[in-house]
Amino acid sequence: MIFGTARDIVEYVGVPRFVFTDFPLGNPCGRPFEPAMQREIIEAGLRLLENATAPAPTIVTPYVWSEDDSWKRLIFTKERPFLEGEAYEHWMQAKQKYRELKKENKI
Amino acid sequence: MGEGSAMSDYVRYIDKTREYYLAEGYKTPYKWAHFEDIPFARLEKPLAQCRLGLVTTSDVAALNESGERERHDKATLIGNVYSIPFDTPAERLFSRNEHYDRYTTNLDDVNSYCPVTRMRELAAEGRIGGVAPRFHGVYTSYSQRVTMERDAPEVLKRCREDGVDAVLLTPV
Repeated sequence: MIFGTARDIVEYVGVPRFVFTDFPLGNPCGRPFEPAMQREIIEAGLRLLENATAPAPTIVTPYVWSEDDSWKRLIFTKERPFLEGEAYEHWMQAKQKYRELKKENKI
Repeated sequence: MGEGSAMSDYVRYIDKTREYYLAEGYKTPYKWAHFEDIPFARLEKPLAQCRLGLVTTSDVAALNESGERERHDKATLIGNVYSIPFDTPAERLFSRNEHYDRYTTNLDDVNSYCPVTRMRELAAEGRIGGVAPRFHGVYTSYSQRVTMERDAPEVLKRCREDGVDAVLLTPV
C-alpha cells in the first residue's frame, strides 16, 4: 500500500493500493508534527488493506495544504528551481555515477 | 475528471517535469515505469493479527548517541537496500533527501514520510498485530532495471525474513 503526493505518477505506474494526500512533495503521511492527521491518513490505508478485493481506485484524503495553492503552480518553474546549488550538484553527481556504472556494465 | 474546482486540482508532475527539464535543455523526456498488470493479494487475516512492514525511499538514516549518522545503513546495504531497527526513536531519525518541495514544506518530522511512531502506536493499541523488527530503505536508482531486478527482490527477501503480512510504502 502506497502513500503519496504525486497522484499522476503513482496512477500511471499502476499499484494495488494508493492513498493520495494533496500535499507538497515531502509529506505523504501528513503534515509535519500533526500526529492526529498522520493517524487518519495511515488509518485510511489500513481500511483499504482490510477491504480491497482487487486493485483499488485511489483513496483521496480530505486534507488541504493551505488556502493559497500557489505552490501547485510554482513547483518545477524557474521561479522555484526544484534543485539548486548543492542539491543540484548532488543530483548531477548521482547521474554521472550512474552513467559510469552503465558504461562499465555494472548496472 | 470534472471533480472539484481548479483550486483543488492536483499537480500533474509528469507534464510539469517534462516541460521543466525540456526547458533546462534535456532533450529526452523521462520514461516513467508503467504496468498493465497490477499485482494484487488480499489480506488473509484480520489486521489485528497482521505484522506490518515499512519500506521507504525517503533516504531515512539514524543518528547515534553522539549525534552522528549511524553506519548500520552501510552495514546492511545490499545494492540500494538498507535496514534500520523499527524501535529506533523517531527523534534519532532524519532524512537528507533533497527531492521535496523545500519552498512549501520540510522533512523535520520523520513521521510525515516514514511513519514509524504512528505504526508503533497502532501496534500498541492492537489495531495491527505488530510491526516488523526493522524497516527498509531503498536509495532511488536511475535504472528501472536495477530497481526491478536487484533492489525489489532484495526488499521482498527481507520482508519475508521479517514475516510481514503487508507493507506500507512511502516516498518523500
